[in-house]
Amino acid sequence: MDEFLRILTQSLGEILAPTTAAMAIAAIGLNLHFGYTGLLNMGQAGFMLLGAYGFGITLTLGGPIWLAFLIAVAAGVMFALLLGMPTLQLRGDYLAIVTISAAEIVRWFGRSTLWQEWTGGASGLQGRYFKDPFHALSFLPEGRFALGPFEYINTGSDSWFTRIFAWGLVALLLLFVWLITRSPWGRVLKGIREDEDAVRALGKNVYSYKLQALVIGGAIGALGGVVYAIPTAISPDAMGGRTMTFFVWTILLLGGAATVFGPVLGSMIFFTAYMFMRTGMRTLSEDTALGNFISTTQVEFIGGMLVGITLMCLVIFRPQGILGNKKELAFNVR
Amino acid sequence: MSVDETTTAARSEALAHVAHKPGAAKNDPILKADHVVRRFGGMTAVDVDHLEVQEGVITALIGPNGAGKTTLFNLLTGFDTPNTGEWSFQGHSLSGKSGAAVAKAGVVRTFQLTKALGRLTVLQNMLLASPNNPGEKLGLSWLPFLWKRHEAEATEKAMEILARFKLDAKAADYAGSLSGGQRKLLEMARALMTDPTMIMLDEPMAGVNPALVQSLLGHVQALRDEGMTVLFVEHDMHAVRHISDWVVVMAEGRIVAEGPPSTVMKDQAVVDAYLGAHHDTDLGDDALLDPEVLARLEAEEEKR
Repeated sequence: MDEFLRILTQSLGEILAPTTAAMAIAAIGLNLHFGYTGLLNMGQAGFMLLGAYGFGITLTLGGPIWLAFLIAVAAGVMFALLLGMPTLQLRGDYLAIVTISAAEIVRWFGRSTLWQEWTGGASGLQGRYFKDPFHALSFLPEGRFALGPFEYINTGSDSWFTRIFAWGLVALLLLFVWLITRSPWGRVLKGIREDEDAVRALGKNVYSYKLQALVIGGAIGALGGVVYAIPTAISPDAMGGRTMTFFVWTILLLGGAATVFGPVLGSMIFFTAYMFMRTGMRTLSEDTALGNFISTTQVEFIGGMLVGITLMCLVIFRPQGILGNKKELAFNVR
Repeated sequence: MSVDETTTAARSEALAHVAHKPGAAKNDPILKADHVVRRFGGMTAVDVDHLEVQEGVITALIGPNGAGKTTLFNLLTGFDTPNTGEWSFQGHSLSGKSGAAVAKAGVVRTFQLTKALGRLTVLQNMLLASPNNPGEKLGLSWLPFLWKRHEAEATEKAMEILARFKLDAKAADYAGSLSGGQRKLLEMARALMTDPTMIMLDEPMAGVNPALVQSLLGHVQALRDEGMTVLFVEHDMHAVRHISDWVVVMAEGRIVAEGPPSTVMKDQAVVDAYLGAHHDTDLGDDALLDPEVLARLEAEEEKR
């Protein structure tokens, strides 16, 4: 029973974890792409990794923290322009192909020894290079603080300050996305999602709208990467991989695309369930006869597989996600 | 003389002295196209030497399947790029302009396969079409007080148009839940939201039940009576004869005949286009075995 409570607490701790917030931010960006505009961005991890590099490298080189954030956002913007300008005039599938490969290119450049001096190559950038300026922003006193079973230090890697900052950013971005998508601008995006030729025939410059959506969503994705890197480190394989992109997609589809709070709810549920599943299976594997069949090292892989199965089941059985409007989606499912 | 009769008289006056031949010059052409050619590989889909569309009347564009009507539509509205050719609207060149630019110039089109935006409500479909909405600029979109007024005015106008098309009761429904005919109506209503000078309808009656055709025809006529220029592609000859003031016939990419609906159908070129030039030749006729007769038929074919 104690064991179960420990697993439960650890899982519930994920609800407010900084990584949950980071993935929620990445999903908010993807929501602007896919949920509102219908753009198939299969490389959100590339945006995240670029943002994290922009942030980490600026601070490592001794730049001020505001500049680091600015460069992270700028990296996302540039990447979006680079990918969007040639492909957004083509049919939607091409963007998917280009983004998934571009994200891989970013990861391989990060891993390569070419810019090892700045990126740290395959082992990435350790947190200690860039964390101090961030922790210096903290307004919390020294020490620890416990909220029920959740106890963290006030300022540090896995701290209350990181949580406050991460969720503050989530709130800010939610407000921003809510403001711009409930407007006539957001309506044009939704029109493009439904049929871009129809919108073009009404005199709207579809290409420009798609590029705007890609750039904003990409910049938000880059910020997600920054928040993801702050409590851990920048590692190209962990952050820039395809797995990351599909986690973001699962989160978005779980919460509900084209809804404001979908990405946040999706991220919270996803990470809680993911943690519960993995720690639960690991404990079972260690303490019971199940260990004879599934070793603790296999648990990670099974976890990954279950995420894939969840994504498939979601798309098949509840494509509108938890918060999505079933009526809104019903017409497009043929 | 009532207003209606005056305008009818004015319309027939405008076209009274126009020659009944392909590429005929009109009194007040609003749209002029020259040497528009579009090839798909080795196939020439459109090869229009000259076309003028009279302002303020309903012009029908007819022709058998594959005549290039829809391709010509796509070219003129910026949805396809021609191999050669130029065209102008109200004296301003539109060649090479994007679909959006053509729409902004005042030429709005509808599609053969209706493009109602399914996951938007009927009202949102309408509001989307409202031109110059400041809220559609990203920089202003998050400041509702800058676009609330435009939005309110557009909503009022949208409801008026929807009422005219008997769709006002559906305003809050998703467009995806409308029937095929209602979608046609919505697309036409949406086109009107842009305050067009000229409206181009691609098969507005296709797939619409006969009861609704009558009201659609009425709507198209109403557009003209409000001063809009209408160009429409249609297969339903009754509809064409009923409402159009002028008919342009295309076959194999070319314009083969022009004229008022009452006489153009009898034009030999039109009959040939629809039924084939040798439709009354008896294939079982032994005369076809005669080399002389065959040579004559071939010579005829050459001349065409």
